[in-house]
Amino acid sequence: MSIYPDLFLTFAKVGVMTFGGGYAMLPILQREVVDNKGWATEEELMDYFAIGQCTPGVIAVNTATFIGQKRKGIMGGICATLGVVFPSLIIISLLAGVITAFSHLAWVNHAFGGIRVCVCILILNAVVKLLKKSVIDAPTAVLFAVVALCAYFTSLSPVWFVLAAAAAGIILKNMGVKKV
Amino acid sequence: MTSILSVRIMLFLRLFYEFFKTGLFAVGGGMATIPFLYNMADNTGWFTRMDVDNMIAVGESTPGPIGVNMATYVGYITGANEGGLPFAILGAVVATLGLVTPSVIVILIIASFLKSFRNNRYVESAFYGLRPASTGLIAAAGLSVIVSNLFFAETLAEGFSMAFFNWKGIVLAAVLWVLTNKVKQTKKLHPIIFIGASAVVGIVLGM
Repeated sequence: MSIYPDLFLTFAKVGVMTFGGGYAMLPILQREVVDNKGWATEEELMDYFAIGQCTPGVIAVNTATFIGQKRKGIMGGICATLGVVFPSLIIISLLAGVITAFSHLAWVNHAFGGIRVCVCILILNAVVKLLKKSVIDAPTAVLFAVVALCAYFTSLSPVWFVLAAAAAGIILKNMGVKKV
Repeated sequence: MTSILSVRIMLFLRLFYEFFKTGLFAVGGGMATIPFLYNMADNTGWFTRMDVDNMIAVGESTPGPIGVNMATYVGYITGANEGGLPFAILGAVVATLGLVTPSVIVILIIASFLKSFRNNRYVESAFYGLRPASTGLIAAAGLSVIVSNLFFAETLAEGFSMAFFNWKGIVLAAVLWVLTNKVKQTKKLHPIIFIGASAVVGIVLGM
C-alpha cells in the first residue's frame, strides 16, 4: 500500500480503538506505530507524546501529526491527522443523530440526568490528577486559584487566561523570583 | 435567497473560527477544551451548557479522542439547528477541521526544530505558568457542571430551602466518587462503565 492511505488507515484504526483519548491512546500507538509499522521508536513516541501534551490542541491529533510528518512531510502529517479524526466524525454524527431523534423521550432525559452526575465526578477526578502535575509550588498554586476563581465568576474568554498565564510563567521564571 | 446563503456561509465560517481558537488555546488535551465550549455556549447560543455536559459523556464513551468527539458533536448540533442532516454533517466536519487545524500547523512548525523547542528556556517557563492555569480553567468548568447538576439554583429565587439540593444526584455523585477513588476493585475501571451505570440509575430514579 502506498504511504498516504497507509498513514490514513493506520491512524483511523488508532482512532477507533482509543476510548477517551490522551493516555488511553499510548499503548495502542505503541502497538500499531512502533511494533507493527516501525514508523517511530519507543523513545520518539514518548517525545512526541510529551510535546503533544504541552502544545495546543488534542494530544492524539498532535501525536498523529508528528508521526505522519516524520514519515512523509506535511502531506503525511495531514493524512495521519485526518485518519485519527475520521472515525469520530462518522460515529459521533450517527450518535448525535440518534440522540437528537430520541431526546424528547422521558427515559432518555432521565438517563442523561444520571450521566451528567457521572460527568461531575469524571471532571473532578481529572482536575485532581492534573493538580498533582501542574501545581508544584506556591506561584503555581496562586496561578491555579486565581484562574479558577476568575474563570468561574467572570465570562472572560479562556484565551486571555491562557495568554496571561504564559506571560506570568515567563516573567516568574526569568525575573529572578526565587522558587518557593 | 442569496442572503440566506451568505448567512449560512458566515455561520460555518464562524464555527470554524471558534473551533480554530479552541484548538489554538486549549493546552493539555481534551478536557482543556471544556472551558472554551462553555464560553462558546454563552456567546453564540448555538448550543446550551447542558449540551456540553451531555457531550462530555458522549465523548468519553465513544471511540476517538474526547476533544475531537466533542467538537464533532457540537458542530453536528449547530448544523442541525440550522436545518437538516446535510447541514448537521457539514457542521460536524467544519468544527472538527477547525479544532485540528491549529494543532497541525503548530506541530509541523515545531517538528522542524524539535530538540531546541523542548529545551528552550522561554517555552519551558511559559508552560510553568500554562499548566496550572489550564487546570484552573478546567476546575472552574467542573465547578459549574457540579453546580448545575447537583443543585437547583432556580429554587434560590424563593429563598434557601432543602429543595436547593438535588439529593438523588448528590448521593449518586458520592457513590461514584468512592467507587472511582477508594474501592480497589472498581477504581481502575473504564469511565464508560460508570457512565452506563449512571444512565441506568438515572432512568430508575427518574433523574
